[in-house]
Amino acid sequence: MKFHFFHLMPYQDIDPDFLEDNKSSWITLPNTYYDPKKGSKLYHRYLDELELADELGFDGVCVNEHHQTAYGMMPSPNVLAGALSRRLKKATIGVIGRALPIVDNPLVIAEEFAMIDNLTEGRFIAGFVRGIGCEYHASMTNPGFSHERFREAHDLIVRAWTEPGPFEFYGKHYHFQYVNLWPRPYQTPRPPIWIPSQGSTETVEFAAHPDRKYTYVITFSPIASVKKNLKAYRDQCEVYGYECPPDQLGWAMPCYVAETDEIARNEAAPHIESLFNRFIMSPAQYKLPPGYSSLNSYKAVMANKYAVRENYLTCDALIENGMFLCGSAATVAEKLEEYQKEMGFGNIAPMLQFGTLPAELTEKNLRIFAGEVMPKVRHLGVTKETVAAE
Amino acid sequence: MADHSSNRMTVAGCEIEVLRGGSGPAMVFLHGAGGAHKWMPYMDRLAEHYTVYVPSHPGWGRSDTPDWLDGMGDLAYFYLEFLDAIGEDQVHLVGNSLGGWLALEVAVRSAARIETLTLVSAAGIHVAGVPKGDIFLWDDEERVRNTFFDQKMAEARIAATPTEEESDIALKNHFSTAKMAWHPRFYSRELQKWLHRIKVPTLILWGDSDKIFPPAYGEAMQKLIPGSALTIVPECGHLPQQEKLDDFIAGVTAFTAANSTGAA
Repeated sequence: MKFHFFHLMPYQDIDPDFLEDNKSSWITLPNTYYDPKKGSKLYHRYLDELELADELGFDGVCVNEHHQTAYGMMPSPNVLAGALSRRLKKATIGVIGRALPIVDNPLVIAEEFAMIDNLTEGRFIAGFVRGIGCEYHASMTNPGFSHERFREAHDLIVRAWTEPGPFEFYGKHYHFQYVNLWPRPYQTPRPPIWIPSQGSTETVEFAAHPDRKYTYVITFSPIASVKKNLKAYRDQCEVYGYECPPDQLGWAMPCYVAETDEIARNEAAPHIESLFNRFIMSPAQYKLPPGYSSLNSYKAVMANKYAVRENYLTCDALIENGMFLCGSAATVAEKLEEYQKEMGFGNIAPMLQFGTLPAELTEKNLRIFAGEVMPKVRHLGVTKETVAAE
Repeated sequence: MADHSSNRMTVAGCEIEVLRGGSGPAMVFLHGAGGAHKWMPYMDRLAEHYTVYVPSHPGWGRSDTPDWLDGMGDLAYFYLEFLDAIGEDQVHLVGNSLGGWLALEVAVRSAARIETLTLVSAAGIHVAGVPKGDIFLWDDEERVRNTFFDQKMAEARIAATPTEEESDIALKNHFSTAKMAWHPRFYSRELQKWLHRIKVPTLILWGDSDKIFPPAYGEAMQKLIPGSALTIVPECGHLPQQEKLDDFIAGVTAFTAANSTGAA
């Protein structure tokens, strides 16, 4: 199993009562809540944490993209990947992911990813997402074209990486007389591609396709849903006529490890609750702009998910439904072993900093996870190819 | 209530629903974002004076959503074909909100079938420095409240329990509205450069308390369309035809009577 420390970089110094006067931590939350002096310190602290993960033996670190929010300070994750690229000695950098549809020139993403791939000499993972609904308010990208633009931008980027240029590309949304990428990516034929998802049939069919075989990473989901979606992906691979290797499956979840289950729960509780009840908070119409999903899935999501999200999510409830992996090293390793055996994933992307979790607890979490959890489960989900490569 | 009928008709390969009622000169009413699949009191009142056609746009109501529907230009060309297809030589064209924008898009392309143009709280232009309401960021209740000046009307609307079909149609309409109007938000870059092409008699009606497109939009539109007249309706929100029905009917009938070339 490979371990990728996934950082969301929340603006955790925000006034804790910010939701009393605001209904969302996205889009309309005034940026006067952001103090650049505090923010710059947080950037450096978070980058230090990612660099520490490299020293501690994590296989990779991950960053992602969100706009106009206190939830994460990474509107441009590639800037941070660039900052990390000369500091990390062994770990890969995963940008999981860039929201393809919300840019008007996807070649910029192809170029920047290729640059990071060159800088890291191939220790780079490219993540492609549609971006959550809020990004469509922030970027004014028409959510009704989200799926079309994702597919088209994806095709353009992969072709730009793998086909000799120059060539022309005329799609419905993107039009280029000259596609001729300088630099080309370091890895051949291209960097590995991860598709973070909360589970949709279309995404599974797309990512598992034999032409792609992208790593499918389930994020922020109750464990029952993680199981269901990873199984759907494995089943889809079988439909396509191949067995899904562990490499192609991933799970990203907030995680906290401490000396005992009780200590872990007590130390993590206020911080995990800040993530799920404050930083992530936005009304349904922010998250699900019209056209972002099909009419039917929109109705299903509104009926199920947001009915649940209305309630305050306690640390205990989050541990109970498996959205939060928390406990002693033994407990966490045991759960990972059980889940890995059931679901067959070869990658996990634990978010070992979340919400308001402060620096000292984040560092403790990283050290215990690396020292006491990773050695117990590293042997799981290792394919022959992976062993040969190492 | 005037007799009215619901008819299916196919234009440009797309089957739509058209409500029709009344008699007299032809009037085509182009609905706004919320659609018009139900025969409403304002249609009934218009039907006392006109042969009223109320098509549900492609993508709205019980009309089909064609694959070719990508933007307002598509709807404009669709309606040019629709106007050729309904067997009326000329019509009084009325458009509300997104439907007003659509009427403008049709009229700048060809006004051959348009006898008069009535724009009610019409979208379609951008006025610098005058923020619009964001119907996509409001929740359902805010959207209704901000549509009406009279909060009792809003509350009645909020209290009503829609049928499953009505809920589905409302969602479908909202999706199509986003596809047409998300970006640029409720206007097209080209349109306001060419509004001077509109030479037919034009009436612009606007609620003085419109929170979606403030009255400054009506004033700007009046300046862009040569010879147009602007009437501000007091104590009225975004839907004068619902909130100030008498004013709406009186305004439209007086305007068309004064500007009709044919028998009215």
